[in-house]
Amino acid sequence: MSTYTDIRYDYNLPSSVGGAMKLISEQTASASSSISFTSGIDSTYRTYMFKFINIHPSSAGTFTFNMSTDGGSTYAVTKTSTFFYARQNESGTPTGLSYETGYDLAQSTSYQILTDSVPVNNDDSASGYLHLFNPSSTTYVKHFLANMNNTYSIECFITGYGNTTSAINAIDFKFASGNIDSGTIKMYGIA
Amino acid sequence: MTTYSNLKYDHPFSSNATGTGSLTLISSQTASASTNISFTSGIDSTYDEYIFKFINIHPSVDDASFQFNMSTDNGSNYNVIKTTTWFQAYTSEDTGGGNLSYDGNADLAQSTSYQPISREAGVGVSGANSDDSLSGYIYLFAPSSTTYVKHFLGVNNYIYSGGETNSFNNFLGGYANTTSAINAIDFKFSSGNIDDGTILMYGVK
Repeated sequence: MSTYTDIRYDYNLPSSVGGAMKLISEQTASASSSISFTSGIDSTYRTYMFKFINIHPSSAGTFTFNMSTDGGSTYAVTKTSTFFYARQNESGTPTGLSYETGYDLAQSTSYQILTDSVPVNNDDSASGYLHLFNPSSTTYVKHFLANMNNTYSIECFITGYGNTTSAINAIDFKFASGNIDSGTIKMYGIA
Repeated sequence: MTTYSNLKYDHPFSSNATGTGSLTLISSQTASASTNISFTSGIDSTYDEYIFKFINIHPSVDDASFQFNMSTDNGSNYNVIKTTTWFQAYTSEDTGGGNLSYDGNADLAQSTSYQPISREAGVGVSGANSDDSLSGYIYLFAPSSTTYVKHFLGVNNYIYSGGETNSFNNFLGGYANTTSAINAIDFKFSSGNIDDGTILMYGVK
C-alpha cells in the first residue's frame, strides 16, 4: 500500500494547512546596531506580527522601529501614533497608568518608541510583539499595534499608522542609542 | 490509482514545511470543581513563547480573584518573585459609563504571591450567575531562559456583579524576577474552586 513517504511529492499544501500563522524569518542580535527585515513583507499576508524575545541593550535606552517603502534604503515613513504605559518599580513606587507625550509621534518620520528605557543589568530585557496590518496596501494607511514589557516593570501600549499609501516592504528595529546586545526578533505572517 | 484521500498517513510534517503553522496546542485542561489547574509538563526550551488561553472560567464562589503563579521546581512550589502592573477598563451593564484606572491592589512589587488575573478578591469574577465567567489569555516569553527575567503580558474580560454588574477589561504585564527556568504554572481562585472552564496551553515557535 502506498504511504506518504514512498510517493513522489507533487502537491502544494494550501496555506490553511497546519494553522494560519507562519514563521517567515527570525534574527538573533549579537551586538547588532539594528535588525532589519528587508524581504518577506509583501501581499502574501494581510497581517504581519513581529515578536521580541528578551531584547537586551548594550546601554540603557528605548527600543524603536521604523518602516521603509523602498526595500530598506531609507527608514523614514511618516507616522502618527499613541503611547501609554502602566508601570511599577520593583520597590513598589511609583505606580500608575500614564500617557507619554514624549514617546508618541505626530506626522513624524522619526523612529517610533516601543519601550521605556530598558535597563542594562545582565538579566534585564524587553519582550512583546508588534502587529502590522496590510503593509502592501496602496490604498490605505498602515496601522500597527504593539504591546511590550520591559524590566522596571513597564508595560507599554503603542498604536498608530504609517501615513502612506505606498506599500511598506521593510522594517527596522534598533535602540535609540547603543546596540542590540542580544535578543531575537521573529516575523510571522498571518493569513 | 492512489490518491491522497486513500493513502495511509505516516508522514509527520516538519514544522518548517510550507503552510504549517507556528502555534501548537500542547495541552488543555477543563475544570470540574477543581481547586486549581496546573501545567507541570511541556514548559521547556522547545518554545520561546507560551500562550495560556482561558475559556469561560467560572468560580464556585462570588467575586473571587482568578490568579496564577509560576514554579522553578516542576510544581513543588509556586512562589516565584514577580514585579507587575495591572490596569482596567470597565463599564456597567446597568448604568453604562466607563472608567480606566490603575489598580494598586492587583499589582505586585517583588512579591511571591499569586498574581491576580481578574481583579482582587471582593471585586473578582462573579460566580453568582450561571452565565458569568472570565475569558482571555496570558503570553509568557522564554520561560526556560537562565539569563533573563521572564516577561508576561495578559488581557482578559470578566463579569463582576457585586452591587452592579460590570464588564471588566484587565491588562496585566510584568516579569518573574528570576534567572532560573520556569517549568510549571498554576491557576486558581483566591477562594473556592474553579467550578468550570478550560485552560489551553500553546507553544509558539
